[in-house]
Amino acid sequence: MTELKLPSIDYAAIAPILIMLGAALLGVLVEALVPRRWRHLVQLTLALLAVLAALTMVVLSADERIITAGQALAIDGPTLFLQGAILVLAAMALLLIGDRSVERGGAFVAQAAVTAESADDRRQAEGRNGLTEVYPLTTFAIGGMLIFVAANDLLTMFIALEVFSLPLYLLCALARRRRLLSQEAAMKYFLLGAYASAFFLFGVALIYGFTAGIPGRPAGVNFATIHAAVSDSPASPVLLFAGMALLAIGLLFKAAGAPFHVWTPDVYQGAPTPVTGFMAACTKVAAFGALLRVFQVAFADASWDFTPVLGAVAVLTMLVGAVLAVTQTDIKRLLAYSSIANAGYLLVGVLAPSRDGLAGTMFYLVAYGFSVLAAFAVVTLVRDEDGEATHLSRWAGLGRRSPFFAALFTFILLAFAGIPLTSGFTSKFAIFGPALEGGQAWLVIAGVLTSMVLAFPYLRVVVMMWLSEPGESTPTVTVPGGLTSAALMIGVLATLVLGVAPAPLLDLAAGAAEFVR
Amino acid sequence: MSNFPFLSVLTVAPLVGALVVAFLPRHRPELAKQVAFAWSLLVLVLSVVMWVSFKADGQRFQFHESYSWIPNWGVSFTFAADGIALVMLMLIAVLVPLVILASWHDAESSKRSVPVYFALLLVLECTMIGVFAAADVFLFYVFFEVMLVPMYFLIGSYGGHQRQYAAVKFFLYSLVGGLFMLAAVIGLWVVGGKTFDWQALSQVDISTGTERWLFLGFFLAFAIKAPFFPFHTWLPDAGGAAPAGAAALLVGVLDKVGTFGILRYCLPLFPEASKWFAPWALALGVIGIVYAALLAVGQNDLKRLVSYTSIAHFGFIGVGIFAFTTQAGTGAVLYMLNHGLATGLLFLVVGMLIARRGSSLISDFGGAGKLVPLLAGVLFFAGLASLALPGTAPFISEFLVLIGTFTVNKPVAVIATLGIILAAAYVLWMVQRTTQGTLNPALTEVDGMRRDLNLREKVVVAPLIALIVLLGFFPKPVTDVINPAVQATMDDIGRTDPAPSVGGTVQEAAK
Repeated sequence: MTELKLPSIDYAAIAPILIMLGAALLGVLVEALVPRRWRHLVQLTLALLAVLAALTMVVLSADERIITAGQALAIDGPTLFLQGAILVLAAMALLLIGDRSVERGGAFVAQAAVTAESADDRRQAEGRNGLTEVYPLTTFAIGGMLIFVAANDLLTMFIALEVFSLPLYLLCALARRRRLLSQEAAMKYFLLGAYASAFFLFGVALIYGFTAGIPGRPAGVNFATIHAAVSDSPASPVLLFAGMALLAIGLLFKAAGAPFHVWTPDVYQGAPTPVTGFMAACTKVAAFGALLRVFQVAFADASWDFTPVLGAVAVLTMLVGAVLAVTQTDIKRLLAYSSIANAGYLLVGVLAPSRDGLAGTMFYLVAYGFSVLAAFAVVTLVRDEDGEATHLSRWAGLGRRSPFFAALFTFILLAFAGIPLTSGFTSKFAIFGPALEGGQAWLVIAGVLTSMVLAFPYLRVVVMMWLSEPGESTPTVTVPGGLTSAALMIGVLATLVLGVAPAPLLDLAAGAAEFVR
Repeated sequence: MSNFPFLSVLTVAPLVGALVVAFLPRHRPELAKQVAFAWSLLVLVLSVVMWVSFKADGQRFQFHESYSWIPNWGVSFTFAADGIALVMLMLIAVLVPLVILASWHDAESSKRSVPVYFALLLVLECTMIGVFAAADVFLFYVFFEVMLVPMYFLIGSYGGHQRQYAAVKFFLYSLVGGLFMLAAVIGLWVVGGKTFDWQALSQVDISTGTERWLFLGFFLAFAIKAPFFPFHTWLPDAGGAAPAGAAALLVGVLDKVGTFGILRYCLPLFPEASKWFAPWALALGVIGIVYAALLAVGQNDLKRLVSYTSIAHFGFIGVGIFAFTTQAGTGAVLYMLNHGLATGLLFLVVGMLIARRGSSLISDFGGAGKLVPLLAGVLFFAGLASLALPGTAPFISEFLVLIGTFTVNKPVAVIATLGIILAAAYVLWMVQRTTQGTLNPALTEVDGMRRDLNLREKVVVAPLIALIVLLGFFPKPVTDVINPAVQATMDDIGRTDPAPSVGGTVQEAAK
């Protein structure tokens, strides 16, 4: 029997992951041991401190370029950049999740097991403090995302996918109000997510079969192994293509690419708004981080084969997102379709196989994350006695009632529409430039055309807020407490700064834009 | 003095002013107006100094400044002005203070914040100056797009009937054009070796097919902006709904960005494609001249009528640009200036009439000259200038365009001349129906119609009338500045004027 050799692990390089998972476990203990009235404070502090510590570790190991933990994790430029992005955006999302000033008791249900619409449910909605389990759940999800963007083989990637997906399914179900909608969203997300995971796993198996079919080479699902197998395989590519397609389905589901996007509007609408923001920002970063790594590292040499297909998916995603956004009457659904269209633009970046393309895609992820979190922060503020007023007609005349918040939201919408001097414009440029350079003019044209369509729904909201007269039912904007204000201001300022002076972040992204193999 | 960073200071100054005005207390509107007016005068003074220190016989681009912005993409804050840009900058500097003065009471009727209205006007001035002063394609694009935002809120928040519809239509039309241009800008950046510097890009050789596509991207944006037929339908709505002052800036300056863009970007950067597309562009221009003039004749709304006349005039400018002769080109640029003055005046005067009557329908007027003789006289003068009566400035530019076109393309020149007749029809008929004839009895019951021009309004119209007459008789100072720039543009596309067997040189014609 051969001696069991332990793989060497660079603990410093994977410290961010360990910190987040450790903090999540601690959070579970806090639930058990700390008195109820302290839990909220302790949990929020713990989660934020963990994010901060992890971020510090990411910054400290900024120049690390290694593959560690038995080839399972690649800590390289894109990993560190995306981990940093996830942590910063997650910190903002945690601020929104932790806010208890906008709604008494917070945005989360006090007791998830109470039957929806029952008398007990109405009592708990009156302002009992929300569940504090959301913090360990969120922390687990963040930890999973950190592994997801670092995963260097398909199995690690699959486990990371489950680690961050399962807490998200739960989080979606925990809205304080409109609980049936919330539970329906969670159910939908869970069932479809389970399908997507199954597709992904099946894809892993087929890829393993593909690499195993090459004589004289070890079989495996490690990206380096797959890369070598793709570049000089005498075997039939059927297994490869089928495996790639199934993997793509699994990843595109998380990234909300059409035609695997159908869950997005329902889940975005039903989930508690801070969680929606968390998903729109962080899940997107994680999903595209994985897409980038899978297609630019493992399958780089098959780019002739997958580019037309993924290109078609990108165009379809942009079209579906833009066209359906036009018909929406609910602000959260509108933002969901906008997020689908943005997934299409990001796919254009994934298909620009150059350093600039990679850097541009990473820049886009950060810029979009900040804007979308700020957008959902505003959504949490516009409310009446029944909770958030998300129907667009209720936003009429908001500019008169609360000019400051309406102005902030207008600015974010202009950023989504890609008006210059906002991050929306610079990030579009960062993606379309390399795509055109890489010969993908058709994708750029499609991107530009859908941007025109997409401008209309944004503009409609602006018109609603400013040019319509306030009606009887126009809600007032709740003046937010410190946490939500902080998240909102960070998001808006980042949107402005990345639009006016994007050079530092572009430099950072360009310096990080190289995968290790 | 020529080392002074005129262009960047001119761009930033209105923005600073806008911030100051926006943060003035809302309950002191008078103060906001005075600060905004003083600020725009300051910009005017600075522009005059710049005009004086511009050397007409010097380099093509002067006041060159460059500061690094996004080095990763080769983007920089590069400003430079040639004669064409200089003339447009002067037009802005002159029009904005007059518009502010003319809009003194416009914002009050709308129940919205008065300081914000004037702050938006100053922001608009900042973006307009920036778009003409930029010598970096990226920077130009940024101003081109951002310009929409203040205008959108000026129309949407302070406009009249159907303002929401008009504002959204304006924004979407312009955005569509802008996004096509964005694709072309990125394409230009890729083929040009990742630089946005105008000077460097004008040296780049582009393959024929690519050049045509890029030309189309830019041209579409500019044709919508200008607007040329058939992309014009947003202008009557926007011009009709915008408050008179904003409409004067919209038609007087904002739309010139389109024709200016063609001269500065389409022609020098894509010379071969420009020649290839020229017949189509000429056709659009000629159709615009006749079609818009016919529509103008049929309008019953004063502001929409003036908007349609502008579309016809933009047809003339387009013909002048794509005739590719120095005369026609100089005429086109001169037309851009004169149209800004004449139509600006017309819009402001029409705005004064509408503010008095409370209606913009021609059928609500009739014989108004008997109540407000001075205002009616100014309207008549503005109308005559707009139809290019000899002795007013627009005559010279229209004449230059026509003779410059005639030397190379007789049919176009002949059809375009028809536009002059139609211009007489729509202007004179409009003047007749509003100010002449028997007095509409309903007018006497409107209080406002009993007040003729007050001092403020006289101060608004006097400089414009003076400039129109002055440039009508003595355009040399302006043509001297424009001519070298147009000449250089014609050199860029490699066109030389035909031997002067038909017309004289520009100077002679101008005299």
